[in-house]
Amino acid sequence: MTYVDGAHRWCDRTEAARLTTTQHPPGSQGASGAPSPVNRRAKRTTFPLVDLYQTAVGKKWVMAVTGIALMGFVFAHMFGNLKLYQGPEDLDKYAAGLKTLGDPILPNSMVVWLLRVGLLVVFALHIHSAYSLTMMNRRSNGAGGGTRRDTIAANFAARTMRWTGIIVAAFLVWHLADFTWGWSFVNPDYQYGAVYDNVVASFSRPAVAIAYVVANLALGVHLYHGSWSIFQSLGSMSPRFNPRRNPLRRGFALAFTAAVVLPNISFPIAVQLGIIG
Amino acid sequence: MKLTLKIWRQEGPRAEGRFESYEVPNVNEEMSFLEMLDGLNERLVEDGQEPITFDSDCREGICGTCGITIDGKPHGPWPGAATCQLHMRAFSDGDVITLEPWRAAGFPVMKDLMVDRTAFDTIVEAGGYISVDTGAAPDANEIPVPKPVADAAMDAAACIGCGACVAACPNSAAQLFTSAKLAHLNLLPQGQAERFRRTEDMVETMETFFGSCTNYGFCQEACPKEIPIDFIALMNRDYLKAKLKNRKLAGRQG
Repeated sequence: MTYVDGAHRWCDRTEAARLTTTQHPPGSQGASGAPSPVNRRAKRTTFPLVDLYQTAVGKKWVMAVTGIALMGFVFAHMFGNLKLYQGPEDLDKYAAGLKTLGDPILPNSMVVWLLRVGLLVVFALHIHSAYSLTMMNRRSNGAGGGTRRDTIAANFAARTMRWTGIIVAAFLVWHLADFTWGWSFVNPDYQYGAVYDNVVASFSRPAVAIAYVVANLALGVHLYHGSWSIFQSLGSMSPRFNPRRNPLRRGFALAFTAAVVLPNISFPIAVQLGIIG
Repeated sequence: MKLTLKIWRQEGPRAEGRFESYEVPNVNEEMSFLEMLDGLNERLVEDGQEPITFDSDCREGICGTCGITIDGKPHGPWPGAATCQLHMRAFSDGDVITLEPWRAAGFPVMKDLMVDRTAFDTIVEAGGYISVDTGAAPDANEIPVPKPVADAAMDAAACIGCGACVAACPNSAAQLFTSAKLAHLNLLPQGQAERFRRTEDMVETMETFFGSCTNYGFCQEACPKEIPIDFIALMNRDYLKAKLKNRKLAGRQG
């Protein structure tokens, strides 16, 4: 029970909230003095996960969990790519082997398709939550006319998350066209199943090699802030991962980023230098 | 020393604002920032001009009323100090200083450097209390609280609600304020009864006025009480628990 001053009576909390927060045109002051809300408040539903996703804190959870899934994917992808250094037979065998994962039990290509669908869903959620949070932040940002905020405290990675994310997404389309779909204007020498030859053919063009290096550096910047932020969004309160004195958190972010990006950028460089090919 | 101030002037909530320049000669470095503004206002009143409106009350950094964005930094260049605790020795002769109100859609400008921070009150009203409806005050040490827990709760309770965290945030997010208000109750035994309901209600009220967190960390740099973003992590964790774990009970509360 809450005493509502304006209404001069006691009522329960929901009614009190209704009485004290009335709607006013944007920027105006109502009789109760409460400014009008900037963002719409979602109705609570009976499905906890849907309920969670409707809120910004919940979307950050989804962003973190899908981020972990995508980190797992990029790490496994990098690890598989290392077979490039073992030679054509090993890499082509590995690529063919991906289609027969779970072989005697499951039909061919089933696991790989399940992984692809899962990745698509994870990507869609990651991008959708990023998009809707950005829109929410635009609405919440103050009226114009002022000078820019001083942005020295945040590191470069944090400030450029949206841009590195867009670069990585655009690169991903190119990358799929290059090695999975084999579009002729992207990779004219593409042959289905000849993974090693396709990679060498693609990376021997200097412009493509540079594009892969740049895209992987963008991925690295994105991964650095992402793997640092996971602890915060998932609510880690462990002193070892304390964001102020953060040897492990920053160390993990740096180590993971380096583990993915350094091997990845070594492939186009190795082809350009003639180490592979 | 002699300073040039570029100050945001705005007649009212709906008026268009603009920067105006003021020359301030004879500034003593022992002056506080607000004393310097008082001096300027006295001169403006003597000249028959409208004085600059700004908020202030205790002038010792504990009430959370003052707040000016100085050269893009809420509360100015000194860490761990509110605008009223800032002294003119932070500046040097000939400096051009830009003064702005907090910028956020949830903090509409009322006049000049003064904003309406009712949104913060609305967030606190949504759950920033414990319900003890009856009885006398309990004895001091009746409920044991471990020292580290009491210290953490005290760190959170240091929040003076000035709004610098929102002003510093490029997303205009109020996570640091809300998480501090939540943590100082959620960490203590007295706050447990309403913990998850409080977290749910305060977070969702916050989100109707302010943006979301992208882990920049500007807020903890700007905070005059140096509250760390650890509390945001605690809030995120409690919010998930509130959504998942407390569901059966929440359904009964109506």
